[in-house]
Amino acid sequence: MIDFELEPQTQKRIALYHTVAEQMMRPISREYDEREHEKPWDFLNAMWAASTAPGGDPMGGGDAQGGARLRNVYTVATTEELCWGDAGLFLSIPNAGLGGAAVMAAGTPQQKQRFLAPFREGKPKWGAMAITEPGCGSDSAAVTTTATRDGDHWVINGNKIFCTSGWMAAEKSEGFVVVWATVDKSAGRAGIKPFVVEHGTPGMSVVRLEKKLGIRVSDTAAIVFDNCRVPADHLLGTAEVRREGGFKDVMATFDATRPIVAAMAIGVGRAALDFVRDFLAEQQVEIRYGLSPRRLSAVERDFMEMEVQLKAARLLTWRAAWMLDRGLRNSLEASMAKAKAGLAVTLITQKAVELLGPLGYSRRYLVEKWMRDAKINDIFEGTQQINMIIVGRRILEYSSKELN
Amino acid sequence: MLSFELSEEQQMIRDTVGAFAREQIRPAARPADEAGEIPPALVEQAWQLGLVQGPIPEALGGNGDTRLALTGAIVAEELAWGDLAIAAHVLAPRLLAFPVLALGTDEQRERHLRRFAGREFVPATAALMEPRWDFDPMAMSTVARRDGAGFVLDGSKCLVPLAAESETLLVWAAAENHDRVEGFLLPRTSTGLSVGERERNMGLKGLATYEVALDGCRVGAEARLGGGGADFARALDQSRIALAAMGVGVAHAAFDYARDYAKERKAFGVPIATKQAVAFMLADMAIEIDAARLLVWEAAWRLDRGEDARKESYLARNYVAAIALKVTDNAVQVLGGHGYIREHPVEMWLRNARGLSTFEGLATV
Repeated sequence: MIDFELEPQTQKRIALYHTVAEQMMRPISREYDEREHEKPWDFLNAMWAASTAPGGDPMGGGDAQGGARLRNVYTVATTEELCWGDAGLFLSIPNAGLGGAAVMAAGTPQQKQRFLAPFREGKPKWGAMAITEPGCGSDSAAVTTTATRDGDHWVINGNKIFCTSGWMAAEKSEGFVVVWATVDKSAGRAGIKPFVVEHGTPGMSVVRLEKKLGIRVSDTAAIVFDNCRVPADHLLGTAEVRREGGFKDVMATFDATRPIVAAMAIGVGRAALDFVRDFLAEQQVEIRYGLSPRRLSAVERDFMEMEVQLKAARLLTWRAAWMLDRGLRNSLEASMAKAKAGLAVTLITQKAVELLGPLGYSRRYLVEKWMRDAKINDIFEGTQQINMIIVGRRILEYSSKELN
Repeated sequence: MLSFELSEEQQMIRDTVGAFAREQIRPAARPADEAGEIPPALVEQAWQLGLVQGPIPEALGGNGDTRLALTGAIVAEELAWGDLAIAAHVLAPRLLAFPVLALGTDEQRERHLRRFAGREFVPATAALMEPRWDFDPMAMSTVARRDGAGFVLDGSKCLVPLAAESETLLVWAAAENHDRVEGFLLPRTSTGLSVGERERNMGLKGLATYEVALDGCRVGAEARLGGGGADFARALDQSRIALAAMGVGVAHAAFDYARDYAKERKAFGVPIATKQAVAFMLADMAIEIDAARLLVWEAAWRLDRGEDARKESYLARNYVAAIALKVTDNAVQVLGGHGYIREHPVEMWLRNARGLSTFEGLATV
C-alpha cells in the first residue's frame, strides 16, 4: 500500500537529530565556515561518543538505526535533518564514510571486520575514499594512479585530489583511505581496484587542503602516493582482473550513496526554505495556497515553487532509498534523485538569497552560506550531467558505448 | 511505513484501465480531435469499466466500493495517457455523482445517483470555471442570492463538459457574501439557465464543452447540495488531484512517444537519442514525470487519510501543469518538424497540456 509516513523509529531519530542540528550545529555554523580548516572538536567528540555508545548510529558508527526496518530510508531522512543543521559539519562527523562504503561493497568478510570494527570504539576516526585525480573526475575509469605488485605488497603511485575527510583519515586519526588504482592499465575499467591505505602509511601524504566555496569545515585533501606500500591483503576483494565485477561493484555503491547526497542537498535546501518562510511570516507576508496563481504575488509564487521543488526532490530520494531497502535495483531512481535534488536545491538556495535582498547577501545570516554549501551537491558523487547520462541510458536502454 | 508499492487491487486496476487506454482509447484520440467527437461505442465500452458506478452504494445500484483518491488518481492517469479529451468525457458524470455521493442529503443521493446504475453511459456534469481571464474558484463571480426559501443564481460558466447532453448539472456558485462556495443541482431545462453554443478550444477538441449562462435562475432549497455547508474546498482538492493525475498521464504519453521516436529517428548516421542534447531532454522529462506522480500520490494519500490536503493538491497541480507543458513541448521538439504536423500525437498533447494550469473542475477522483 502506498504510504508516505516514515516509521515511528525513524521519526524519533529525526526529532533527536533536529535537536542536534539546532543546538549543536547551527550555533557553530558560521564560525567554522569562517575558520575553514579548524575542526570543531567538541562537536566531533560528542557525535563520536553518541555513535560508539550502545545503540549508536551508523551516522557515526554502530548498527542500530533506532530499530528502523527501512535502513536506507532512515539514513536519508536523518541525513537531511543533520544537513539542515550544517552540511559541512555533517561531512566532518567521524565515521567510516565513503571509505567504509567501499569496504562494504568490495571487501571480503574478513576485511569488513578488520577495517570497520575499529569504528565502533576508541578515539574518533575517519574513513575516506580517494578516486578523483587532477586529470579525471567524472571519467573515473581513466585513473592513472597505479598499483604494482611487489612480493607481499602493492606499491601505489599517483596523485589524488578532492578527497573528503582525507586529511583526518590519512593523518589526523587512526583511520584509512581507500584508493582507486589500476593494476593493469590495458584492462581499462576491469583493472581498477580499491586499496585500503591505513593512516600514517609511509608514502601517503596530504599535500594540500582545498579552499572552497562552501562546506568549508569539511577537509578536502589532495593526497600524493609516492611508492606507498600496502600489504597484499589490503586490496579489497580480489586481485583478479575480471571483465565483470570489481570496478562495477564499487560503482554500485553509488546507488546507495547518491540518495544520501541528494538528502544532504535537501537538508540545506530546507534550511533555506524554512528561513525564508519564517522571515516572510515575521514580515507578515502571507503565502496563500489555493489561490489562482495569477493572483499571487511574485514572492508567493517564488516561495511555492521552492517548496514544491524541494518536495519533489525529497519524494524521489525516499523512493530511491526505499527501493534499496526492498532489495530492488535502483540505479535509475538513485540517479534521478541525485540529479533532481542537486539542481533543485542549487536553485532553491539561490532564490532564497535573491528573495531576501541585501539581507540575503550579508554574512550576518546563514542564507548566503547555504547557497554556497548547496552547490557542491550538484557536483560530487556524480555531477548533474553524469547523472543525467545515467538516467538517459536507463530510460533508453543504451549502454555506455551507445550514450556517452 | 513508507512504501511506494501499489496494492494488488490498484495494480490490477492500473493494468486494466491502462490496457483499455492503450488498445481502445489511443487509436480513437486523433480522429476525435479532428472530428470533434468521440465514438459513442467507445464511451459505452468505457462505461463498462465501472468508473462512475464504483463508489455508488449498492442500495442505489452501484458497486459500493470505497472511494479512494489514490485509486482515482491511478485511473485518471491511465485514461489520460490514452487521451485527455476522451478521459474527461468518460469521467464527466463523476463531476455530479461524486459530490452528491459525498456531500448530498439522503434525498439528493436517492434522486440523483440511481440513474448511473444502468448499463449505459449517462451524461452529467458540473459547472465551475468562468469566462474571465483571472478566474479563481475561491473568488467566483457566479453568485447564489437567497430568495425566500430558495436561491437565485446569476453568472456565467464556461468549459462545462457535456452540458448540452446532460439532464442535470451541478452548478458551483459563491454564496452572496462570498464567504463560501455552494453547489446547486439543476435540471438543464431550468428557467434562467441556458447552455450556449459548443465551445471551440485549443485542445480537448474531442470533448464537447459549453458556456452556461445563469440569469435570474430560481432554484428551491432542495437544490442546494447537502442542504448547505458542502465542503467545496475538499471537492476542489479532489478535482485538482484528478487533473494533476491526468496531466501526469499526458506527460507520460508524450515522453513514451518521444523516447521511442528518438531511438528510431536517425540524424548524422545515428539515432538522435544517442546525442546528449536529446538524451538530456528525455532524461529531464522522465525525472519530472516521476516526481510529479509522487506529488500527486502524496496529496491523494493525505486526502484518503482524512487529512487536510489543500496545500499538497494545490502544489501538485501547479507542478504538474508546469512539467506537463514542458514535457509535451519537449516532445514536439524531439520530433522536430514532424512534431509540428497533426499526424504524430505530440502537438495534440501540447495543446491539451497547455490547459492544465487553467482547468478547474474538469474531472474528479
